[in-house]
Amino acid sequence: MNARETVLGRVRDALTLAPKPPAEVPRAYRTGRTLPDADRLALFVDRLVDYKAEVHTCAADETAATVARVLATRGARHIGVPAGLDRDWLARFDGTVQEDHADIPAPGLDQLDGVVTASRVSCAETGTIFLDGAPDQGRRALSLVPDLHVCVVDLSSVAVGVPEALARLTPHRPTTLISGPSATSDIELERVEGVHGPRTLDVIIRTDA
Amino acid sequence: MRIGLFATCLGDTLYPDAVKSTAVLLARLGHEVVFPPGQTCCGQMHVNTGYQREPVPLVRNYAEQFGDASIEAVVMPSGSCAGSVRHQHEIIAERYGDAALRSGVATVKAKTYELSELLVDVLDVTDVGAYFPHRVTYHPTCHSLRMLRVGDKPLKLLRAVDAIDLVELPEADACCGFGGTFALKNADTSSAMLKDKLAHVTGTGADVCTAGDSSCLMHIGGGLSRIKAGTRTLHLAQILASTRTAPHVLTEAAR
Amino acid sequence: MSSTFLGMPAAPPRSPYGSGNLRGDEKFPKAAHHELRNDQLRRNLRKATHTIRGKRLNVTAELPDWEALRDAGSAIKTDTMNRLPELLEQLERKVTEAGGTVHWARDADEANAIVTRLVAATGSEEVIKVKSMATQEIGLNEHLESQGVRAYETDLAELIVQLADDKPSHILVPAIHRNRDEIREIFLKEIPGVDPELNAVPAELAAAARAYLREKFMTTKVAISGANFGIAETGTLSVVESEGNGRMCLTLPETLITVMGIEKVLPRYEDLEVFFQLLPRSSTGERMNPYTSLWTGVTPGDGPQEFHLVLLDNGRTAALADSVGREALNCIRCSACLNVCPVYERAGGHAYGSTYPGPIGAVLTPQLAGMHAAKDDPNSSLPYASSLCGACFDACPVKIDIPSLLVELRHQNTEQSGRTVEQAAMKAAAAVMARPGLYTTAQKAAGLGRVVAGRDKKITRLPAPFDGWSESRDLAAPPKQTFRDWFASDEGRATLGAAAREGAESRAESATPATDDSEEQR
Repeated sequence: MNARETVLGRVRDALTLAPKPPAEVPRAYRTGRTLPDADRLALFVDRLVDYKAEVHTCAADETAATVARVLATRGARHIGVPAGLDRDWLARFDGTVQEDHADIPAPGLDQLDGVVTASRVSCAETGTIFLDGAPDQGRRALSLVPDLHVCVVDLSSVAVGVPEALARLTPHRPTTLISGPSATSDIELERVEGVHGPRTLDVIIRTDA
Repeated sequence: MRIGLFATCLGDTLYPDAVKSTAVLLARLGHEVVFPPGQTCCGQMHVNTGYQREPVPLVRNYAEQFGDASIEAVVMPSGSCAGSVRHQHEIIAERYGDAALRSGVATVKAKTYELSELLVDVLDVTDVGAYFPHRVTYHPTCHSLRMLRVGDKPLKLLRAVDAIDLVELPEADACCGFGGTFALKNADTSSAMLKDKLAHVTGTGADVCTAGDSSCLMHIGGGLSRIKAGTRTLHLAQILASTRTAPHVLTEAAR
Repeated sequence: MSSTFLGMPAAPPRSPYGSGNLRGDEKFPKAAHHELRNDQLRRNLRKATHTIRGKRLNVTAELPDWEALRDAGSAIKTDTMNRLPELLEQLERKVTEAGGTVHWARDADEANAIVTRLVAATGSEEVIKVKSMATQEIGLNEHLESQGVRAYETDLAELIVQLADDKPSHILVPAIHRNRDEIREIFLKEIPGVDPELNAVPAELAAAARAYLREKFMTTKVAISGANFGIAETGTLSVVESEGNGRMCLTLPETLITVMGIEKVLPRYEDLEVFFQLLPRSSTGERMNPYTSLWTGVTPGDGPQEFHLVLLDNGRTAALADSVGREALNCIRCSACLNVCPVYERAGGHAYGSTYPGPIGAVLTPQLAGMHAAKDDPNSSLPYASSLCGACFDACPVKIDIPSLLVELRHQNTEQSGRTVEQAAMKAAAAVMARPGLYTTAQKAAGLGRVVAGRDKKITRLPAPFDGWSESRDLAAPPKQTFRDWFASDEGRATLGAAAREGAESRAESATPATDDSEEQR
């Protein structure tokens, strides 16, 4: 008998040997929450800042100016963008832009000063941004290897809590949840921001988008 | 109310003062205290050490001694023994008992209380008329706290005591390291836990460290005695039984 | 051998003796005895566990529905175990449909062999690893090493442990037993080309690890991970992490091999909404961990183009066959129970001898690997490595009743141990206590303890097996009179009578119309 049949046989035997306890799943936790824009924004910003992300808010028509200002502040001259990013967002940026494609090896991404992406959905309560690999967010390596990630979030895509955010995802898409820059607490439980993932996370929230 | 008193083997044999105080307190509150003389031990030590067949007669005896319907409630000055009756007797009866034992266990389980539960929940009293003019710190024993969920009932009772100087115990909810045979089987780890508990207790400057369980007090008291600390241990019942007319006198180191 | 042929269920086997990391060299009390002498370790552990305790309490108190989430998490896991065969088959089907390959491993050796074969097929002699309990459990790194494959741990704490040729001592923070000075020494000694001016500052140490591993991430073609969750409904796998090393491993290599215990499956994608709240808050005490990755098979143009999932039994089905013990399989490896455990705090993780330390380890390890696989099996001591204080049960996000499991495993241990001195003593004690007549005689005998007490009524030295007690505690001498004797005595009757009268008088005094009213209102 092969391992598959053996293991599945053992599982069935185990469940026969020990009676199954009843398992009705109570879902009394909070779902389907909504909050007015101002409250959601305040909560989201509070949580992002708590995780040492840098937060910028702007109107949609100020996107290009804000992106340019953030990149300038960070001294980023050579940036990567996913192929589907709205190029109007970079209209005011005067550095060089490398459009990403699957054939660029990881070391090629390591040469970038930073990356600008959009995002799929966010969770205000935990300060979490979800990327799902859509054309305006790119493949996972793109938002991982460069040391600076500038992420544009539309306030309309910010859900209140975890259940509300997850409900807006498409399961089979490769998804990354980002809550602040990379961090470790492995040395004496003292939190250090910035290990392998981008050490700087700039979040631009478009409050009317 | 007609209340059955379960002395517990430890209380009956080694720490009778805590049980006496329980009886005195209930009598003072106007209740009839009955002590079925056939009672012995709840079997907790057996179960917690891994023996479930051996204590079957003990479980049966407890159910028989207190099964009488005229006994409206059973009280014991021990959170861990009450925890054993309420949480372990059923398991033993289910596994190694007969139908009669299972039904007997269910009956007594429903009316078994630790002292502070009986006072606050059943008798609805927090001010028991006690008087205790000393500095006291309270250690909430693990089984009272996390098995029975007595919460702040003992503290409510203590706060109502006249003239008491109640001081908070830092890291109060940390285990003292007793754990029955744990203190013997893992004596080093147990001692390390006790050491920290003693530091917190003596740090309060209390005259008395109290708790609702003589076993934990035996452990903490044994440690305090060894380091010759000024703090002594006293069961919660002994503080609650102390009145202006018959005050508890702090002379010897408490047992 | 199996139900398929005989129609009779057979008890599934435990993890084979001698494989993997589910058994220490000595019993817990002895191992703890050594660890307790390490003052540095004690200080490190105390600081770390207390820090994280506070953080966890803050972020769990913040959610008004925390208990509802725990209830849901617990029930989802119970439901999962009930439906494990169908869920595993569904997971296999979905992963395969999404371009992955699923392998099944009966035990550690088989899992190691599968992974080694898969690595060999890529031609790579190096792999990068994401921190994973399952691969630690099966001793994968050691096995790969023996087959000429170098495994690089990429989690900072795992890296520290690996560089120091040490063993992890905590589920979440494997190097919790090391402080910054020790880590600096390890890095200076083991990382090639590290700056000799490196300071013992966490930020500098983390930066040194980043620089060291950067090149590995960019060039290594194979990664090995564990999985926190595997969703049957969609075939989606998930790794929860903080540093970004997980994302690197899951994203950059050409081949990804994930080793997952069969109990890690969850029925629905929706279930993640519960566990993504329970896990980070219980684990690191954060509202959300910095990074969580979700992937389903292979995505063209994004991430590894070859994906293998190895489903591991290694004693899990043996645990599942125990109606009480199976609850331990609900564990989501958050390590909250370790951080609140007073025994773990003193003894540290190494004393448990297993990949799984602390309270959950004390109930999981014996079930996966057995307690009597050899003479004086160290695992038989694990269920006793607890004072049954119950702090672990309160902290557990999926409400595993660890104290009850410990008591159950103690029972199983005594049942499997045959006749022992302890059992004889327990039997004798029970026999005496079952008969009130014998019991009162024994009480009188206990009263004889007074003769061994000093003039201060203290007993300061006890014989074995009670000598551990008298190392640091006195015992009060037994009193002259038991409670039952007092209760039956004239003095007892008089005292109770006086108390009743005193109470009646004081009630009569304080009985005023006002209190009568309030009595009626109630």
